Amino acid sequence: MTQNLIKMVGISKEFPGVKALIKASFHLDAGEVHALVGENGAGKSTLMKVLTGVYTKDEGEIFHKGQAVEIQNIRHSQDLGIVMIHQELNLMNHLSVAQNIFIGREERGRLPFFLNDQTLNKKAAEILRHLNMDIDPTAKVGELTVAKQQMIEIAKALSYNSEIIIMDEPTASLTDAEISDLFRVVRILRDEGKGIIYISHRLEELKQISDRITVMRDGETIQTLSTQEASTDTIIRLMVGRELFIEKEQSTLPGDAPVLFEARGIQCGRMVKDVSFQVRKGEILGFAGLVGAGRTETARAVFGADRRSGGKLLVNGAPVEIHSPADAVRNGIAYLSEDRKQYGLLLGLDVETNTSIASMKDFLRGKLFINFQKACQNAEEKVSELDVRTPSVKQLVRNLSGGNQQKVVLGKWLTRNCDILIFDEPTRGIDVGAKNEIYKLLRDLAAMGKAIILISSELPEIIRMCDRVIVMCEGKVTGEVVGEDINQQRIMEYATAREENKQEAGK
Amino acid sequence: MKVQLKNRVGTQKLIILATLLALFVFFSLMRPNFASYLNLMTIALSTCVNGILALGATFVITSGGIDLSLGTTMTFCSVMSGVSFVSWGFPIWLAIIFGFAVGAVCGAISGFAITKMKLPPFIATMAMQMMTKGLSLVVSGIKPVYFTGSENYKRIAMGNFLGIEGFYNAFILFIVIIVVAHLTYSKTLLGRYTTAIGSNQEAARLSGIKTDKWKILIYVVSGLFSAAAGLVMSSRLGSAQPQLGAGYELEAIAAAVIGGTSMSGGEGTIVGTVIGAFIISVLTNGLRTMAVSTEWQTVVTGFVLALAVYFDKLRRERRERA
Repeated sequence: MTQNLIKMVGISKEFPGVKALIKASFHLDAGEVHALVGENGAGKSTLMKVLTGVYTKDEGEIFHKGQAVEIQNIRHSQDLGIVMIHQELNLMNHLSVAQNIFIGREERGRLPFFLNDQTLNKKAAEILRHLNMDIDPTAKVGELTVAKQQMIEIAKALSYNSEIIIMDEPTASLTDAEISDLFRVVRILRDEGKGIIYISHRLEELKQISDRITVMRDGETIQTLSTQEASTDTIIRLMVGRELFIEKEQSTLPGDAPVLFEARGIQCGRMVKDVSFQVRKGEILGFAGLVGAGRTETARAVFGADRRSGGKLLVNGAPVEIHSPADAVRNGIAYLSEDRKQYGLLLGLDVETNTSIASMKDFLRGKLFINFQKACQNAEEKVSELDVRTPSVKQLVRNLSGGNQQKVVLGKWLTRNCDILIFDEPTRGIDVGAKNEIYKLLRDLAAMGKAIILISSELPEIIRMCDRVIVMCEGKVTGEVVGEDINQQRIMEYATAREENKQEAGK
Repeated sequence: MKVQLKNRVGTQKLIILATLLALFVFFSLMRPNFASYLNLMTIALSTCVNGILALGATFVITSGGIDLSLGTTMTFCSVMSGVSFVSWGFPIWLAIIFGFAVGAVCGAISGFAITKMKLPPFIATMAMQMMTKGLSLVVSGIKPVYFTGSENYKRIAMGNFLGIEGFYNAFILFIVIIVVAHLTYSKTLLGRYTTAIGSNQEAARLSGIKTDKWKILIYVVSGLFSAAAGLVMSSRLGSAQPQLGAGYELEAIAAAVIGGTSMSGGEGTIVGTVIGAFIISVLTNGLRTMAVSTEWQTVVTGFVLALAVYFDKLRRERRERA
C-alpha cells in the first residue's frame, strides 16, 4: 500500500470580496506525480500557497503522513519537507551553483569564520550526479540556461530532504529537449518515493508525466482522475464546467470594414512565435489564452516595446517600420498596459497634463511655451467624451478611481489620434460597475471606427465583447474563432493546444 | 566552462591593471621624476586612506546599498578618538579602540535606519554623513585635536617600516587591511551573504537568511573601515582635522566602481577595488606632476569614472549575449 503524504480536506480561503477556495480537497501519495489543472483563477496557486504556509486557511484540515498539521509559515512547511519551485526562480545569479544550493547552510572550514567551499562543491556535485545532471557546481548560476537554473532549484529542494515538491508551470519557458530532461529528473524523484505536485495547463504534457489529475474550477476541486482514464475532452469539460450563459454585446462591425492593421509572422524572443493577425476598422479582436501564452509579449512586440526578430506590420495595407513605442504611436497605435500605474499614467499630475503629455507638440504656443488653454480645452473635451468622473481637469490622477484612470489613459491616446488601440487586461482590479463602463466604452470606440485589440484572461469578458477571437498557447496562435464559435469550450480547447487543433488552426 | 569563467573574471581585473600600468608608463615618460622612489611612496601613502574607505564601499555596494557617510564617519572616529585621549585621559590604545567602536556604532545606526526604519540607503547614509560632519565640529570646537603627549601615535602611520627610509608603516597597515578584507569578502559567511543579498535579496530571505541582521552588519563593517582610515589619517597628520572628510566618500565609491564593483549589487572584488584606488591616485598625482591644476584633475577623474563604468557595462552586455 502506498503511503499518503498529504491530505487536504475541505480547505476554504476567503479574500475580501473573493472566495478563493471553497471546500477544496487534495491528496498526494508517495511515488506519484499528481497534476493540478484549472483555468486562470481556479484556485491552484491559492491551494498551494495554503500548503506551503504562505496563506493560512480559514477552514479545513491538512494531514501530513496521517498527522494533522497547522502550517504556519514557509519555514514550517519546509520543515515538513514541502518545497515549491516557482515560475520566477529564486536564485542568486552572482553565486555559484553549489553556493546557491546550500545558501543559508554553508559548510564551515577548520578556522573560525571561514567557509569550506570544497566540501560544498563536493556535496553539490553528489546531488547533481544523483539526478544525472551535467552541471559544474562552481559555475555561476547567472550564466546557466533557465532550464539548468530550474534543475538547480530541484537540487536545492532535494538538499533539504524534501519529500513533497510542487512545480508551478515548470515547462513554461523550456525547449522540447529541456522538457524531456526535466521529465527524466521528475521520474527519478517519483521512483524514489517523493510526491510531486505538478501545476500545468499543457494537457498533452500531463498525459506523459502525471499519474493522477485533479481539476479545479472556481475555487473548488471538481474531480480527481487517473491520467490513464482521463481523456483530454473530459479534462477540458471539467475545467470549463457548465456553460455559463453570457450575453453577447451587439456587434457594431460593418460587414465591409477594411483591414486597418495587420501583423505577419511576428517573432520575438521565446514567447512570440510566428504570430499573424488582422484587425479591421471598427472591430474588437480578442486575444485569449492562459497566463504565459505570450499575448502581452505579442502586444509589446507589435508596439515596438521589445525588439522583434522577425515579422512585418501593415497599417492601412501599407508596410510600416516600428522599432520603438514612438514609431508605433506615430502610426496611430496605442498600447494600454495592464499596469496603468507603472506604464500609463503620471499619477502625481493632473488630468490635463496626462491627456496632453503624448502630444505636447500640438499644445505649444510658439516653439517653447505650453498653450495651457488649449491643453485644458482638450482635456475637458476628452473628459466629457469618455465620461471621466472627475471634479475638474486639474484633479490629480492619483485621486481618481481605477476605471476613471483607465479612461484618462485612453484620453491621452485619443488626443494623439490613435486608431489602433491595444487594451491589455483593461478591467483588472476594477469593480463590476466600472467594468461595465469600460465595456460600453470599448463598444463606443469600435462604433467610432477604431480598431480594438482586447487582451484578457477573463473568458466571459472575451466572449461578451469580441467580434473575433485569436487564441494563443505557448507563444503560438493555436486558433481563431468567430461569431457563434466564441464560447468557453472552443477557446479552452485552443488555449490548451491539442495537437489536432494546431493542425486545424493551420489550415 | 570552468576555465572560461575564470578567464572572464580575470579579464576584468587584467583590463584595469593594464589601465593602471598604461597611466603609470604615460606619466613616467612625460615626467621622469614621476617614477622616483619618493614620488611612488607619496602615491602609495595617498592611496592608503582612500583605499581603506573604498574597501568599505565595496562591501556596502556589493550588498546593493550605498554609504555616503564613509568620509565624515572617518573624521568623526578620529575626532572622538583624539578627544578621548586628550580630554578624557584614555590611554592611547584604548583611544584607538574607542575610535573603532564609534565607527561600528555609526554603521549600526545607518544599518538600523535602512533595515528597520526602511529608509533608502542613500538617504539614511546621507543623514549619517550630515550628522557625523556636524558632530565632529561640535565635539572638537572646530579646532584640530592634536595627539600631543603621544610621540608614538604619529609613528603608527608615518614610522619607517624596519627602518627603510620612506617606506611607511601605513603601507603595512594597508596591506594587512586588504588581506583581511579579501578573506572576509571571499571566504567567510559575511562575504557570501553580502553577495547573496546584493544579487537577489528576496531569494536570500526566502533561503532563511536573516537579511536585516546581515545588512546591519555590513554597515558596521563599513563603519570599521572608516575608523581604520581615520586612524591612518590622524596618525599621518598627528591630529584629527574636524573639517576634513566630506567628499572622501565619493572618491571611495569611485575607486570601488572603477575596480569593477557593480552598483546594482552582487558583484565586485577586493583586488579590483585596490587597483581602482591606485588608478585614482596615480591619475591625480601624475596630473599634478604635469602641473595640471587641481580643478582640472577633478574633471579628468570624473571623466575616467564615466569611461570606466561605460566599458564595464559594455563588457557585461557582451557577456550576457554570449
